[in-house]
Amino acid sequence: MNANAFIAIDDVSKDFGTVRAVDRVAFGIARGEFFSLLGPSGCGKTTLLRMLAGFEFPTEGEIYIDGQAMASEPPENRPVNMVFQSYAIFPHLTVRKNIGYSLRRDRLSRVEFDRKVGRMLELIKLPGYEERKSHELSGGERQRVALARALIRRPKVLLLDEPLGALDKQLREQMQLELRDLQREVGITFVFVTHDQEEALTMSDRIAVMSKGRYLQIDTPTQLYEAPRSREVAAFIGSMNFFDARVEEVADGHARVAAGPLGHLRAATRAKRFSVGETVLAAVRPEKITISSRPPAPSDASGGTNFVKGVLDATAYLGDRSHHYIRLPGVDKPVAVSAQNLNPAEFDVESRKRDVWLNWSSEAVVLLRAT
Amino acid sequence: MSEPTAVSTGSGVAPMGTPLRWWRRLILRNEAVRGYTLLSPTLFLMTLALGAPVFFLFLVSFFTQDLLEISTDFSLENYMSFLGKENYQKLLWRSLKVSGFVTVLSVVLAYPMAYFIAFRVRKNKFAWLILITVPFWTSYLLRVFAWKIVLGHNGVINSGLTELGFIEEPLTFLLYNPFAVVLTLAHAWAAFAIMPIYVSLEKIDRSLLEAARDLGDGPAMRFWRVTLPLSMAGVVAASLLVFIPTVGDFVTPTMVGGPKGTLIGNLIQIQFGKANNWPLGAALSVISLIAITAVVCAFLWFTKRVRTQEL
Repeated sequence: MNANAFIAIDDVSKDFGTVRAVDRVAFGIARGEFFSLLGPSGCGKTTLLRMLAGFEFPTEGEIYIDGQAMASEPPENRPVNMVFQSYAIFPHLTVRKNIGYSLRRDRLSRVEFDRKVGRMLELIKLPGYEERKSHELSGGERQRVALARALIRRPKVLLLDEPLGALDKQLREQMQLELRDLQREVGITFVFVTHDQEEALTMSDRIAVMSKGRYLQIDTPTQLYEAPRSREVAAFIGSMNFFDARVEEVADGHARVAAGPLGHLRAATRAKRFSVGETVLAAVRPEKITISSRPPAPSDASGGTNFVKGVLDATAYLGDRSHHYIRLPGVDKPVAVSAQNLNPAEFDVESRKRDVWLNWSSEAVVLLRAT
Repeated sequence: MSEPTAVSTGSGVAPMGTPLRWWRRLILRNEAVRGYTLLSPTLFLMTLALGAPVFFLFLVSFFTQDLLEISTDFSLENYMSFLGKENYQKLLWRSLKVSGFVTVLSVVLAYPMAYFIAFRVRKNKFAWLILITVPFWTSYLLRVFAWKIVLGHNGVINSGLTELGFIEEPLTFLLYNPFAVVLTLAHAWAAFAIMPIYVSLEKIDRSLLEAARDLGDGPAMRFWRVTLPLSMAGVVAASLLVFIPTVGDFVTPTMVGGPKGTLIGNLIQIQFGKANNWPLGAALSVISLIAITAVVCAFLWFTKRVRTQEL
């Protein structure tokens, strides 16, 4: 499928004793791509990354980087470099020697060495930091030094093992953008491991969502979020309301489904084929639902919009937005609605037990095959 | 130091009360007092049992022995006699050399052992560490004597080699020379060197070694550029632990050193014993103290350069 990809992971499995950490994974990564491996801890994403780096060797399968079989090469012979989770800055060396660590084999003159290190320091916006030691650096600075150290010999692939996990929220958001810019600037293929879906969505060209040693879906951030292909992916990326339903009618790229106590819902089918009578899940993102304290006007209650009446169960105020949880008759789990706080006074803690009306468009519904 | 707060608590304005409360207040609020309190037993013992004697040693080294009397007039005679006698200087030089060899040998023997326990042993590290101390369960003298038996004229090596027909006459270069002293001391002290090296190796973050590998270093380069510099503190501690006490040792040279293996420790011991010349003994002690300090300083300077990779 991907023999021509820049990085080709070809039916790779990895066993640790009797535990299968990575299970027959096969996909390709394009040259210059910012590719993320996303999944909960224990899903095999870090093992896969370490196999790309050469710290682990696949039990089965082969890894090709730029056409070269790599699965049996030690890390020191691979054209890849890694940014470690803990950054692994050498504590006994200055920033200058850390960044220039891999230049030893190039046998450069001191002037040339300093010029290269200086250029990297410019790139990571830390000029003048040559003689600092790692204990004199903040978390964000260490992270940048680790990046510069890994990039200085221009590897074909840069591997990043949750490099932003140790930073506080504001710094992390800033580094996400910087990392993205840096990747565009140097044009090197980045493979990024994270368990933070927001991080993956912000930075990646494509994301592989992993679970239990396999990948569930590989897609662009928008596709993963707007058109997840399975319940697991839909639930892992963002949050999602699910309704059991049965297909009643399919026409013009739309379906009408019967969702038990909710009555009939209209949903876009997005080029997927459904047959009448099929059991499906109708999934709706919380921010795509509009909440209102007034019943819809009769003129609204037609066309592609879905209306449901419920009772407000709880409200969580998050500042920029609020999360409302609404009980619908006959549905076990309350429906989550995320609303921008344009008018924060409309629903507050006092609004509990009030009747509310929810509506969402048919385009907001994702139909998933129930498996 | 603390900011005035709007809410005043009772304890803040209460009078000092009992000394116990006063002390508790002091110790809870003042970090320096806490530190010195913790140090005080050691500090007390060091002052009494180390500081004072060294001071008196220094003082006595400027006295002179006048037959049975000690003249307390200030004099540099003892120091002059060291400078004048080549034999004394030779002994000091030999002591430093022997201890240097012992130190190098101990560290070289201890390092792989410590490395093995730190990096290769996964279970029962504690048991391995206990096993290292087993040689210390017998007396030091006994261990020195054992080497005498191994290296002696009719010793294990000589009789073994004779029995096997490799040699006709017993080898005489095994015992009663500096080589025997180095061997015996290294055997006795190598175990001491393992612990500090082990501790410093154990502390090394394994991801640093992976990073070095990722950045293109093979095993030898990884060791030279990461493992060794980061375990240098342990190597330094081990070296000092072995070097300093062995310079002054006189038991081992007495038993296995012979005339060619006599060290400065023997000379000093004689001054305080048979020769009954305490001022000279004191002066020789001070001189070896200075020599050790000089060697240690040079060593620390060198190891710092290894640690920061400035070679």
